[in-house]
Amino acid sequence: MKHTLAVLVENKPGVLTHISGLISRRAFNIESIAAGYTEEPDMTRITIVVEADDEYVLEQVVNQLSKLIDVIKIIDLTGQDRVHRELALIKVTATPETRADILNIVEIFRAHVVDVNKETVIVQLTGEERKIDAMCELLEDYGIREIVRTGRIAICRGPVSAKEV
Amino acid sequence: MKVTGAQAVIECLKKENVEVVFGYPGGAVLTLYDELYLSDFPHILPKHEQGAIHAADGYARATGKVGVCIATSGPGATNLITGIATAYMDSIPIVIITGQVAVSLIGRDSFQEADIRGITTPITKHNYFIKDAKDLPKAMKEAFYIARTGRPGPVLVDISKNVFAAELEFEYPETINLRGYRPVYDGDPEAIDAVYSELLKAEKPLFFVGGGVTLSDTSDIMRKIVAYSGIPTVTSLMGLGCIAEDDPNYFGMIGMHGTYAGNLSTTETDLLIGLGVRFDDRVTGLLNEFADKAKIIHFDIDAAEVNKNVRSHIKVIGNLQWSLDKLYAKMTERPSSEWTGQFRPWRDKMTAWMNEKPLVYNTDSERILPQAVIEKISEITQGNAVIVTDVGQHQMWTAQFYQFKQPRAFLTSGGLGTMGYGLPAAMGAQVGVSGKKVICICGDGGFMMSCQELMAIADLNLPLKIIILNNSYLGMVAQWQRTFYNQHYAHSCIKTKTDFVKLSEAMGVPAIRLEKKEELKTVLEKVIASEGPFLVDIRIPEDEDVLPMVPSGARLDQMIMGG
Ligand SMILES: Cc1ncc(C[n+]2csc(CCOP(=O)(O)OP(=O)(O)O)c2C)c(N)n1
Ligand SMILES: [Mg+2]
Repeated sequence: MKHTLAVLVENKPGVLTHISGLISRRAFNIESIAAGYTEEPDMTRITIVVEADDEYVLEQVVNQLSKLIDVIKIIDLTGQDRVHRELALIKVTATPETRADILNIVEIFRAHVVDVNKETVIVQLTGEERKIDAMCELLEDYGIREIVRTGRIAICRGPVSAKEV
Repeated sequence: MKVTGAQAVIECLKKENVEVVFGYPGGAVLTLYDELYLSDFPHILPKHEQGAIHAADGYARATGKVGVCIATSGPGATNLITGIATAYMDSIPIVIITGQVAVSLIGRDSFQEADIRGITTPITKHNYFIKDAKDLPKAMKEAFYIARTGRPGPVLVDISKNVFAAELEFEYPETINLRGYRPVYDGDPEAIDAVYSELLKAEKPLFFVGGGVTLSDTSDIMRKIVAYSGIPTVTSLMGLGCIAEDDPNYFGMIGMHGTYAGNLSTTETDLLIGLGVRFDDRVTGLLNEFADKAKIIHFDIDAAEVNKNVRSHIKVIGNLQWSLDKLYAKMTERPSSEWTGQFRPWRDKMTAWMNEKPLVYNTDSERILPQAVIEKISEITQGNAVIVTDVGQHQMWTAQFYQFKQPRAFLTSGGLGTMGYGLPAAMGAQVGVSGKKVICICGDGGFMMSCQELMAIADLNLPLKIIILNNSYLGMVAQWQRTFYNQHYAHSCIKTKTDFVKLSEAMGVPAIRLEKKEELKTVLEKVIASEGPFLVDIRIPEDEDVLPMVPSGARLDQMIMGG
């Protein structure tokens, strides 16, 4: 089962390498990892999506990460009422003949075209992973040249923030 | 107070009551060394950085204090790696100070630059890189705090060369504020109640005591609980000495070279209570069938240890000082006689196993057998020496045949199994416990990995005794080759022209070779009673095996027996 963990860490150099090193060494199955600044200047938030077969695997992931001195808090957002999103930028081959079709798809997915030239367009899409996968599948027919995805970020609904949970 | 970075480091060491540092100078720490010189700070110079870190480790294990080690950048720092990993695996508190190239040179593959912070990230509890002198006092304070609290471990502070010369306003922080580090002390009292009710139901409980009991200095309360309840007790390699070997409730070490009674009891017990143990594969054997008739209770300070290898039914997270006090208090609600009565048939069964198959060796041998050497040393020192080993067969014989009475009396690299550990660790231990007898027991292989430290031991005139159990083989490797690899002794024969006695004497440590069985007692007595350092090269047979032995991956009751 997939779990979404919000990992709050000290905003110090080396924290990310520490975390990613630990994850790979202990062979945890990580689907995505996304880090960025937060409402507090000295805190970074990392969203990790981990595949855990059972509760023990998840317990190990959480406990091993919690041991790191610079990890302030870990919140398992799985099962909580939350919003999660990913952003993707997709460079698709777009000839004069196909461009209209592509724009049509972009419209349906409520994506945006953020760059156009004679040969390609860049499509920007936010949403859940499935939505991004679905659009990529459709765009494949036109020739995808490049995909970049941020990995999932997630936040709980309601007034309470993760650090207060 | 305005001071330089180097002065600040020394001030921090003083504030932390550091008595001595083990280090080796070089370019990046020259300014720091100048300050050591000026302040006359106690410093010991091993002959290799690996010696320095193992010495700091031995010092920490023997005294319970934080060991301190200093090395220069690049090769100085990388020479520490094995020792840091050794300490990390066995949760030993050490603060390591390394010099780093000047800030202006960082990241350019400068002379003697190595990313020691990156390299040591997975083998330290935490590490720091200091580029700015004003960050020094806080980092040092945190380093010592992190090293010794919670589950102890090594912490590295890498300091740029220019920082040592830079000025700062020195103020040692009074308090620590680490949002992400709150070592647990007190656990959940309900867990203790749960343990109590399991004990009431149990017929065949077993205490399995590990290095955590040594590290938390809870051997006294542990002994009280064992005596009060009459619950049979076994230890891991790291737990040796936490229970006195002559305690009637004690059944020895379990694991690959554990006792027959101890190993068998793990497959029979209905309630296994692990205390400060990691359930390492050398101790569990075939994991799926380890203690498979038992409910498992795990006491540990580190939540990540619980359910890592063995699934626990009850977890008691917290400092053992908290949990064992609570457990003892709870257990005394019921009279001792009721507990001991409840568990007597089980203990009697274990005693019968112990008597049926004790640890044995061929006492009729014409040669000096290693087990006899250890027994003799044990007799002469009455189990009261600090015994330091290297890694190999001699380590296991020591674990089996020395009658440990106290914790912190058996210093050995358990988790990492580091050859070359013994001699420098014994040196550090002797520095820490100058009033005690320290005896280093080495193999002829591992001895050569750190033998340069004989020089330091001689020059410091440390009263350390060094016993080489010389079998002309990398004995533990040869044993596996004999047992599992068709006697193909691939590069494990180390018969040599080198004369250990002459080598030792050349380095300033008097030495003697011992081959005759009838001389064993007198020579050992004389050597152990002698004043300064002494080395004994004892010739033992080439093909003696450590037994019992559980082949790796087998269930603990699948023992190859000796005798
Ligand atoms: C640094 C290191 N290298 C290799 C090993 C593998 N190893 C484990 S025991 C052993 C043999 C040790 O031989 P010796 O020191 O003579 O001790 P003995 O087993 O003969 O008592 C070896 C090579 C190790 N544990 N550590
Ligand atoms: Mg040998």
